[in-house]
Amino acid sequence: MSPWQADKYSVLLPTYNERENLPLIVWLLVKYFGESGYNYEIIVIDDGSPDGTLEIAEQLQKIYGEDKILLRPREKKLGLGTAYIHGIKHATGNFIFIMDADLSHHPKFIPEFIEKQKEGNYDLVSGTRYQGNGGVYGWDLRRKLISRGANFLTQVLLRPGASDLTGSFRLYKKKVLESLVERCVSKGYVFQMEMIVRARQLNYTIGEVPISFVDRVYGESKLGGNEIVSFVKGLLTLFATT
Amino acid sequence: MTKLLEWLFGVSFVLVAWAVVSFDLLDLSLPQTYREVAWPMPLYLLVSFGCYSLATVGYRVATFNDCEEAAKELQEQIKEAKEDLRKKGLKM
Repeated sequence: MSPWQADKYSVLLPTYNERENLPLIVWLLVKYFGESGYNYEIIVIDDGSPDGTLEIAEQLQKIYGEDKILLRPREKKLGLGTAYIHGIKHATGNFIFIMDADLSHHPKFIPEFIEKQKEGNYDLVSGTRYQGNGGVYGWDLRRKLISRGANFLTQVLLRPGASDLTGSFRLYKKKVLESLVERCVSKGYVFQMEMIVRARQLNYTIGEVPISFVDRVYGESKLGGNEIVSFVKGLLTLFATT
Repeated sequence: MTKLLEWLFGVSFVLVAWAVVSFDLLDLSLPQTYREVAWPMPLYLLVSFGCYSLATVGYRVATFNDCEEAAKELQEQIKEAKEDLRKKGLKM
């Protein structure tokens, strides 16, 4: 048995109203994991989506098998941190991928994440939009300005040792994710930032992989005053407490 | 030590050093040129940092990669996926 077959990668997919995207992201995951030969499972954590996401997930389970597609739904929208905790409990892999289910993160990077992790035996590998040939599609000037400005402020205040703190396409060793999630208290963007900051505090090693982020939702989702205010609040809290 | 405390320590250290030199607090009898150079330093540093920040963020916005091919590739793969899933019996 080849050494890498002992590793198993659990992909956590928290979903809310992703009836359209879920089959597509699962198809892409199956494609790239299949081509690379790594052992994997996909855990769909649906928070009671009213659009029938769970029903589509059940169909996918029939197509791809219950060992590859696990369904662990919850009754209502309970937030990302608890979704991860819930997902980890059911994960049989020793590595965990977290990513968005709306196709902004592309599974084609998964083999790169895995290779990067093996290269340095990193505790976590973070996808970055800001380094190498990482980047974004679908953002206007305003959005780019806010993104780079916020990231600059974060770098100055927190000196985190990672270029993209609000990204959510990451690979963690399972034990590392467990220990980080139980320590993190923030919500939203700041939660992802706090994970990296706490990882540094605990002297976990962090590798990076450039990724492309294809934003098809921007225009429907807003990056308005409220989000900016809560981001700054969260950043200042991390600044003062870590 | 939190980042906040690190900053407070760092800033305090710089301000104390500046005050000692600018106002000759320890009666060091430093040459006049030292005092003349030191006196506007805090302001210079703030302004320099401001300019550096603007330039850095501006540069990073200007060189922010636009992933055109990634978007195209995704569109094509979506078509392929829908077709394949339809064949496998998925009802969307």
